[in-house]
Parts: sequence; C-alpha cells; structure tokens
Amino acid sequence: MKYSRLIFALGALLGFTLLVPNILPQYLVRVLIVMGINIILVASLGLSNGFTGVFSLGHVGFMALGAYSSGILTLSVSKKLAYLPDLPGFLAGYNLPFLPATILAGLLCAAVAFLIGIPLMRLSGNYVSVATLGFLVIVNNVLINAETLTRGARTFTGIPDFTTLPWVVAWMVVTLVVLSRIAYSPFGRAMRATREDGIAAQGIGIQVLPTRLIAFTIGAFFAGIGGALYAHYLVSFSPATFYIAMMVTQLTMLVLGGQASLTGATLGVVIVTVLSELLRNLERGFDLGFVKLPAVFGASQIALGLIFILVMVFRPQGLFGDREIKFVESKVERNERPVPDHL
Amino acid sequence: MNLLEYTFQQIINAVSQGSMFALVAVGLSIIFSLLRLTNFAHGDMMMVGAFGTLVMQLAGVPFLLAVLLGIVISALVGIIIERIAYRPVRGAPDVTMLLTSVALTYILENLGILLFTSSPRNFPLPDWLNASFNLADGRISFTSINLLTFGLTLLALLFLAWFVRNTQVGLGMRAAAEDLTASYLVGINVNTVIVVAFVMASSFAGLAGVLWAAQAGVVEPHMGFTPLLKAFVAAIIGGFGSIPGAIIGGFVLGALEVLIQSLPSEWGLGAYRDAIVFTLLIAFLLFRPGGIVGVKQEVKL
Amino acid sequence: MSETLLKIEQLEVNYGAVRALKNVSLEVKSGEVVALLGANGAGKSTTLRAISGLVKAKSGGITYANQNIARLNPTQIVALGVSHSPEGRRVFPGMTVLENLRLGASQRNDKENIQADIDRMFEMFPILSERKTQTAGTLSGGEQQMLALTRALMNRPKMLLLDEPSLGIAPLIVRQIFATLAELKKTGTTILLVEQNVNIALNLADRAYVLRTGEIVLNGSASELRLNSERVAQAYLGGGIETQDSRAA
Repeated sequence: MKYSRLIFALGALLGFTLLVPNILPQYLVRVLIVMGINIILVASLGLSNGFTGVFSLGHVGFMALGAYSSGILTLSVSKKLAYLPDLPGFLAGYNLPFLPATILAGLLCAAVAFLIGIPLMRLSGNYVSVATLGFLVIVNNVLINAETLTRGARTFTGIPDFTTLPWVVAWMVVTLVVLSRIAYSPFGRAMRATREDGIAAQGIGIQVLPTRLIAFTIGAFFAGIGGALYAHYLVSFSPATFYIAMMVTQLTMLVLGGQASLTGATLGVVIVTVLSELLRNLERGFDLGFVKLPAVFGASQIALGLIFILVMVFRPQGLFGDREIKFVESKVERNERPVPDHL
Repeated sequence: MNLLEYTFQQIINAVSQGSMFALVAVGLSIIFSLLRLTNFAHGDMMMVGAFGTLVMQLAGVPFLLAVLLGIVISALVGIIIERIAYRPVRGAPDVTMLLTSVALTYILENLGILLFTSSPRNFPLPDWLNASFNLADGRISFTSINLLTFGLTLLALLFLAWFVRNTQVGLGMRAAAEDLTASYLVGINVNTVIVVAFVMASSFAGLAGVLWAAQAGVVEPHMGFTPLLKAFVAAIIGGFGSIPGAIIGGFVLGALEVLIQSLPSEWGLGAYRDAIVFTLLIAFLLFRPGGIVGVKQEVKL
Repeated sequence: MSETLLKIEQLEVNYGAVRALKNVSLEVKSGEVVALLGANGAGKSTTLRAISGLVKAKSGGITYANQNIARLNPTQIVALGVSHSPEGRRVFPGMTVLENLRLGASQRNDKENIQADIDRMFEMFPILSERKTQTAGTLSGGEQQMLALTRALMNRPKMLLLDEPSLGIAPLIVRQIFATLAELKKTGTTILLVEQNVNIALNLADRAYVLRTGEIVLNGSASELRLNSERVAQAYLGGGIETQDSRAA
C-alpha cells in the first residue's frame, strides 16, 4: 500500500510521544522538545537555503518575531498589566489560546518575509546572506528598543508554558509533511532550478523572483511557528536569546545533514543535539577515579565549530547531500525524482 | 556651545569612529577582493589583538611593546586560519567559504570564552593615554585615544597605500584582485599574496581591537562582532572589494552614526541607530551594489 | 636541427563532460616559431592553457626542457621561463602600464635588470612609454595587446605562448606587432602562436599544426602549408566544401 510506511511511521511516533514522558527523565524530555523545535526550524531553513539557494542568515530573526508575538498574544491580562503596562489597547485587553497564537505568529512572520523578500530576493550569492543578516540585526535592534511591546533588553517573562512534547511532535509532522509536499512538487523543481542556474531557469519559463519569494515566505512561517513553540518552552527570554549563537547552531545542523534534504536537516538536528548534550556533560568536568578532568566551558561549542569546518572542507554538500528517506511509495517514472513524504 | 563648536566636536567624534570602521573594513575588502570570501572571522582578530595586548601587559611587558606583540599575535592567527581553514575551501562556492568563516568566528569566540571567560576584563592604559584635551573652555573635548585612533589609522592606511603601489607583493595583491587567472599567468605567487593579505588585514584588525578596547576600557570575547557588522556595512556601502571604497565607507558610516546620535532625542531615532544603518546597507545592496566607488563585477574565467 | 624545447604527447583535456582535446601530440624546437591553427572551439587555446598549467590534462604528457610539467602549477611553469599571453589580452585594467610591466617580472629576482627591460619594452612600443602612468583599462585594444605581449616578455621567457595577438585589432597595429614578433624570432625566442589569421601566422611561423574539434588534423612546414592552402582550409572546415582561399582570409 502506498501509505503503509507513512502510517507505520506516524503510528510509531504517536506511541513514542505518548509513552516517552512517562518513562524518560524530565531532562531527556526537554532535550527531545528542543530537538523537535529545531527540526521545524532547520527543515524550514533548508527550504530557502538548500532547495532554493537563497542563503539566508535571517531565519533566527523570524524565529524571534514568532517568539515575541506569540508571547504577547498569550500573556494573561494580569501579567500584561504587570510586565507590559504600556501595551496598546487592542493587545492589552485579552489573550489567546496556544494554537491560534502560534498560527498568528507564523502568519506574521510570513507577512514580514513576503514584504522584505520582495526586494531582498533579487540579491544573490553573498549579498543575500549579508542582507538577511542585516535583517537579523535590525530585528534584534528593534526588539531591544520597542520596550512597550518587549520589555526591551530585559527578560520577557510570564509566558505560559504551553509547549509539550505532543504539541512539538504534531507541529514537526505538519512542518515536514508540508515541506516535503512543496519541495517535491513541480514548484519544488522550479525552486531547485533557480538554485542551479537562475538565468537558465528563467529561460524555461520559471519566474525566479516569485519562486524564491514563496520559498522564503513559507520558510519564515515555520520559523515563526518554531519561535512560538520555543517561547512557550523557555517561558522567559530576551532578544539576546535569538541572535548569532542560535543562528550558528541552526546552520551547523543544516549544513551537517545536507542543505537540500529534509532527511538531512532532520538528522543534522539529531546528530548535533546528541553531540552537544554529550559534550555539554563532558564539559562540566568529570571524575574517572584515577584522573579528574576539570570543567572547560566553551569546549562543546569549539568542537561543534570544528565539525562544521570539517564538513565544509570534506563534504560541503552535507552527510545526506540531496538524498531523502522515503515514507510514501510513489509511482513516479524513472529519471524523475520521487516524491517522498517523510518524517 | 555655539553651532560651530558643536559641529567641530561632532566632526572629531565622526573621524574617530570612522577611522576605526575604515581600519576594519579595509581588511574585509582586501580579503573579499582576492578570495570572494565574506570573512566573518575578521572581527575576531580585534579580540585576538586586544587580548594579546592584555596578556602581554599582565606579563609585565611595557604598553607599547605589548600593543605591538598583540598585533603580531593577531597577524599570526590570521596566517593560521588562512592555512588551516580557508585554503582548503579556496575556490569553493561563496556560501561554503562564508559558512567556514562563520564556523571560525564561533570557534574563536568560544576559545576566547574558554581562555578568558565571557565577562569583560579591564583593559589597563598608561596615564598618558587617559589624558583628554579641551578647547574653547572645555566645550570641545577629545581624548588622546581619539587622537591616537585617527593618527594610527592614517599611518596604517598610508602604509597600505604605499605597499600596494610600490612593492611587488602589493602590486600582486591588486592584480590578483582584478584578474586572478592573469595573475597566475604572469607568475604572481598568489599564495604569498593571499598570506600577506591576511597578515595585513589581521594586523589592522588587531590594531583596531586595541584602539576599541582602549576606548571602551574593557576587553571581552564578543567584542569583535558588532564592529565587524559595522565594517561590513562600511565596506559594502563604499564598494566591496575596493580599498579606497572601504576607507570612504568607513568614514561615511562614522559620520552617519554620529549624525544619527546627534538627532533631537524626541525623535527617538538614536536607539534605532543599528536598524537605520543596516537598512541603509540593504538599500545599497539593492540599488547600488557597487557601492560609492562603483566596484565592477568580478572578471570571470 | 636544434633540440626539442616543448613536447606534448597524447594530450587529453576535458571540461567537465566535454572533451576539449583528444590525443594531441606536437613538439616545438628551440628557437622555432610554431603556429596552432584552427576554427573557433578547435582546442587551440585549451592547448596553451594546458601547457601553462591553467587546466590540468586528463592524460598525456607535457615535457618542457626535458622536464615533465604536466603536474606543475602555473606559477612554477612561469618560473621555468614559459610566458603565456592569454586570449583576450587580460591586462590588469585598473593598474598602470608600468605596473602591468612590473608584474610581468614577478618571477624574477634581478631587480637591477628589470628597469632596463622596461626601457627596452618602451623602445619596442614607444606608445606604451607615452601611456606608462595611464591605467591599462584606458588603452585601445591594440595598445592593450602590446602591453600583454611586453608583459609576457618581462619574464624573459625562453618560450612564449601567444593567444590570438591579432584579434580585434586594427591591421596597421597587427603588422607592427608581428614585425616585433619577427624581431623576437631573430633573437632566438621560441614561440607557440595561436592564430585565426592563417596568412599572417604562416608568414611568421616555421611550422604549423591545424586543430579541428580537439584533434590535430594536419601539420607541416609553413612554406608547405602556404602552398597548399586548400588543404588547410579543408582541415579547418572538416573536409567539407572548400569555399574560400585561406590566403584571402
């Protein structure tokens, strides 16, 4: 049956999600939550950076917008009075439940991406990277200064802790299914064509600008979703949370797994998460009985950075390149890239 | 304070600020012109220079010698990263090189944290550097660091101008930036040129780092990042890949930042300085990608 | 006969999946001028680029002065005394004439002679002397070709690789440049010349090879080929109908 693998995988994931919080220690559940959120973020980053070749450094900027907007929308009226007394009336008076707030956050990011994408998607190569980095800096600067909305550089706190593992897994499934539907549709082929050769793509009737813009906008939508989930997981954060360090971590995950592969993005996240958890524990220093290793803070990041460089030098296409693990058996003719739905 | 005095004070501030941007931007532009590398790790050479100076001072080395050694250390780090990280990805797609430099920044800054922790450290200065000067009964004031920043930047840039016109390696640097293939064909030792370019760029950044730390009074591992972003803006609005462009861009940006800061505070724009500056950067990328000096697109083989 | 300076054996070069040269063998003796003829895309420039190390051979050997140079990089090859004046001249447009010439001497250490050589180049083409502080980008095509040639000569080459020195240049200047090349030939400089203009090339050259779609299809002494222009034209066109006298080309 065409969907048997997909159904099996979804079933297994459902069982896992329901079971895990009851058997695993709280610490590991939290690691899994962050990992799921990162899969949403990195897979959506791959849509513009890997599939379309618009190498954006501004993804974390959208994530920040998502986190703050969902935070503001869900904050209870009493907390708004305490933390954000100067909030405009239409925001101060009420608060939204989790799901609509998350979706609104995603839509807001998509709208912003669409607007800034109209000019930015005309740029190519290094320039689009520098310009999107500029976007990240602008977002950071605005968040710090828009005190009535964000408490400025101070910690934004009091956000309800809605994010649970089932929520994250559900959004992760939605993200991956939607992204794989897009990436391996005719539109996805157009995206890849603009990456390979913009001029040639134009020659065969693909409109480069709209193609890039749509990919960028969809990527930003899921960045907003991921940001919202992260906000309700952290509960309190500041503009500094969503800045360069986070950008580098997400890039490492994407680049390690393979920029033009959703499977690669997913596995990149898993590998980097596992590695950094391991390294983080090592970094605290440990006692081998006969020898005591001291704590070396920063060592795990250095190791990640080195892995990043090794990938760039020896396998710039990432571990997976553009290959995928398929979850839907497709009847596409040979020579054509199959349409994988995968998790 | 009358308008003339006010303007004069602002010009001093702008020149001092602009010098620093120019010093960092020049290095970015040289490296970009040779390798098409958008070098994010360049800002960290500031951190290396400043920490190098600090460590030397703590070891009892006199201030000026410590500064010199700090700059030498940043040049050495520049050589090392070129050799182990950038040479293997030379000629790779732009994005691969850019990502390599992002990873390097991450490594260098965390190395800084590992060695010196992330909290800022005091950057001791000799008394003569803490002196300040007053004109017009104190309505115009500047410090010896302001003077030194401008003076040393001027010296460094004059040296660079002399170097690229009068030495064989300097000529080779300009040639390789214009046409890499032709450079190979006339026998320019491109590896040497690139290594020397990293030495120059890194030592300029190291010097800028010392000056930055002297102005701020502290050093910390992330100190290079904001100036790096500003230097990107300076280099791009000036014309990415052009030495004169980077210098012009540096001073234009310095003037602009001082101008934004001196706007009436009820406009509320001062705090949004970075957002304004980066909006300008994006505007340049869109409407004048060649920058003020109008850099042409690179020659492709 | 003098000794062989350059010997190419069964050279094969690919650009990606496209084969640019197959089984090309040729040799150039010391002091000889050899012309490489052929239509656009026949592989003439590729042959020069393979010699100077800009492209790497897939297989085959390139021996220069009894040394295998197929695996050397371009800088090393220039240091051995092989100068390549490339297609499209490729002078450094933002640098002055003088700076371009100084760059031509990048592999030399004899500082004291470099200035004398620059003066010699200015005697050869006085117009360059007038333009010496102008940037190369402001020169006319012919002047740029003079600069590209003299820049290559600044290396004091034993072997000069010239790619289409007549391309897009006024006939008067072409004559001037080829007169200079004839002088160079007298002083014993070995030249491998790529030319579209068969007539002018065969007048200068001792011998010539004709390339078609990456293969050598004809070779012989210049005088022989001059007399046999129909065969040259046929070799150019791939054995098709002969439509024009190559002498008139």
